[in-house]
Amino acid sequence: MAVLKKSTFMNSNRLDLHNIYKNFGNVKALKNVSMSTNSGQINCILGDNGAGKSTLVNIISGVFQQDEGDYKINDEIVSFSSPMEAMNAGISTVYQNLAIIPIMNIYRNFFLGQEPTKKGFFKTFDKEFATRTTIEQLEKFDIKIENPKRAAGTLSGGERQILAIARALYFGAKILILDEPTSALGVKESNKVVNQIISLKNQNINVILISHNIEQAYMLSDKFFIIKNGDMIDQFEKNQTSVNDLRKILGK
Amino acid sequence: MFVWLFFAIFAHNGFLSIYGVKSYLQVSSEIGILAVGVALLMIAGEFDLSIGSLIGFSSMSITLLTIEANMPMPLASVLTLIMTIFIGYCNGLTVVKSGLPSFIITLGSLFIVRGLTIAVTKLITGRTQISGIDESSGYDFMHSIFSSSVKIADVNFPVSIFWWILFVFLGYFMLNQTQIGNWIFATGASKESSKLMGIPIRKIKVSLFMLTAFCAWFIAVIQVTTFNGADVLRGEQKEFISIIAAVIGGTLLTGGYGSIIGVMIGALIFGIVKQGIIFAGIDADWFQVFMGVMLVSAVLVNGSFKKKYIHEF
Ligand SMILES: Nc1ncnc2c1ncn2[C@@H]1O[C@H](COP(=O)(O)OP(=O)(O)OP(=O)(O)O)[C@@H](O)[C@H]1O
Ligand SMILES: [Mg+2]
Repeated sequence: MAVLKKSTFMNSNRLDLHNIYKNFGNVKALKNVSMSTNSGQINCILGDNGAGKSTLVNIISGVFQQDEGDYKINDEIVSFSSPMEAMNAGISTVYQNLAIIPIMNIYRNFFLGQEPTKKGFFKTFDKEFATRTTIEQLEKFDIKIENPKRAAGTLSGGERQILAIARALYFGAKILILDEPTSALGVKESNKVVNQIISLKNQNINVILISHNIEQAYMLSDKFFIIKNGDMIDQFEKNQTSVNDLRKILGK
Repeated sequence: MFVWLFFAIFAHNGFLSIYGVKSYLQVSSEIGILAVGVALLMIAGEFDLSIGSLIGFSSMSITLLTIEANMPMPLASVLTLIMTIFIGYCNGLTVVKSGLPSFIITLGSLFIVRGLTIAVTKLITGRTQISGIDESSGYDFMHSIFSSSVKIADVNFPVSIFWWILFVFLGYFMLNQTQIGNWIFATGASKESSKLMGIPIRKIKVSLFMLTAFCAWFIAVIQVTTFNGADVLRGEQKEFISIIAAVIGGTLLTGGYGSIIGVMIGALIFGIVKQGIIFAGIDADWFQVFMGVMLVSAVLVNGSFKKKYIHEF
């Protein structure tokens, strides 16, 4: 498996949440949630529908702010007012359906919002650089693209997810949030994505994963956070638990 | 896709003389200039139905300010430009703030602007048509920029054709060669994804509404200097015609894709058909039928086009 050589990562990219509360009107979506995740690890958030997983992840990625509690990165308190701010700080989210725009071509998707420009007065879109870089970056994730002018909608589901992951990393993501990255994929496509997620550990990325697939989550992850009705009811390292234990706790 | 349409029609009118060429290029150029703005806005996922009324407003405002308020025509034109772009800004702001379909919002402004233009003009002058602007100061200057002509092979080609080429070039450059162009595509293709990638979709949309207003003003100045005055009804149906040209040129009604070169061909087809029917001695009513059929066929073709995700450029 290809390994990225981007040497700009810090030694650690630690994320801590302390006693987080979040209400939506009367709904207590998160109650006193604390968690800590570190780089080079895959951290999995598990829980039923409506447990509060997306709410938690949305706070991390700057979509919402917590009502109470502290959010720290490398022991510094942070607060993001938008996903863009979080992204600039190195926290990226790959959304399942919104990851790419199908009718735009692959390189235009890869550089969307951060288009490289040529030097000179007109600052034109440097398509050659974009094309070349897109091919190179996707190759690092075992995807060979001959023609990056193809509509991104012609990529397979797994390739689209990987494109979004590759893009996040290329633009400096150190904490990567994946909200059910494989739930819409078949077995084969799903395996492609899983392999690439595992490879992120070697690149010292702090991966935060939401999943409903317990077997897959167990296989992939190093640490497990179990949420139920807005409470963080349990946390495990991989060696402290098993697929069956997780199943029991989640009542499945 | 456009090519066969083009040739189908072109062969039919192959007998056209250079005078014929001039006459349809002139018709095409006015639609073509509007269609550049309209297409860019459509690619960003919005419509502007108010541009026809903005042409009426602009031409009347320039004429009134010049004749009734005794302003030099260039000054009247600049003041009118500011007002027109401000209306475009209001259109855009209302659309992005309300989140309602621009189709409805600008249909509203079409009637508001057209109604106000007629009412105010009648109030001031008691008429709906005003001419005689050619005696005003600065008219010659404006006429030379917007409505003079260039002699080629003994035929006077109106300068609007060259303006059209410039609009096409700039539109093409912006859409295909710049970062803003990529943002315009993305805004129309997926608002949500674009927002997540930090693209200022509101700014883009509002700016493009201002651009369509600018195009309307530009056409208004051409018309005022060509017809030596204004009529409150100027620009009627231009909003639809420019949308038709954009759609025939391959612009997706749903936004996210379009080509400025395609739109140029759309405007060309429009001019060829319109003048061709006159030259061929067919009753001009058939023109509407023909355009309607072309519009529907183009939408059908564009629909299958989107399904295949052919977005390679
Ligand atoms: N924007 C919102 N406004 C109001 N209530 C919300 C909002 N977002 C989430 N909630 C509520 O908060 C609770 C937690 O929702 P959340 O989306 O975090 O669950 P989840 O664990 O991601 O579920 P799923 O597995 O179905 O994605 C639910 O009761 C939900 O209805
Ligand atoms: Mg969720």
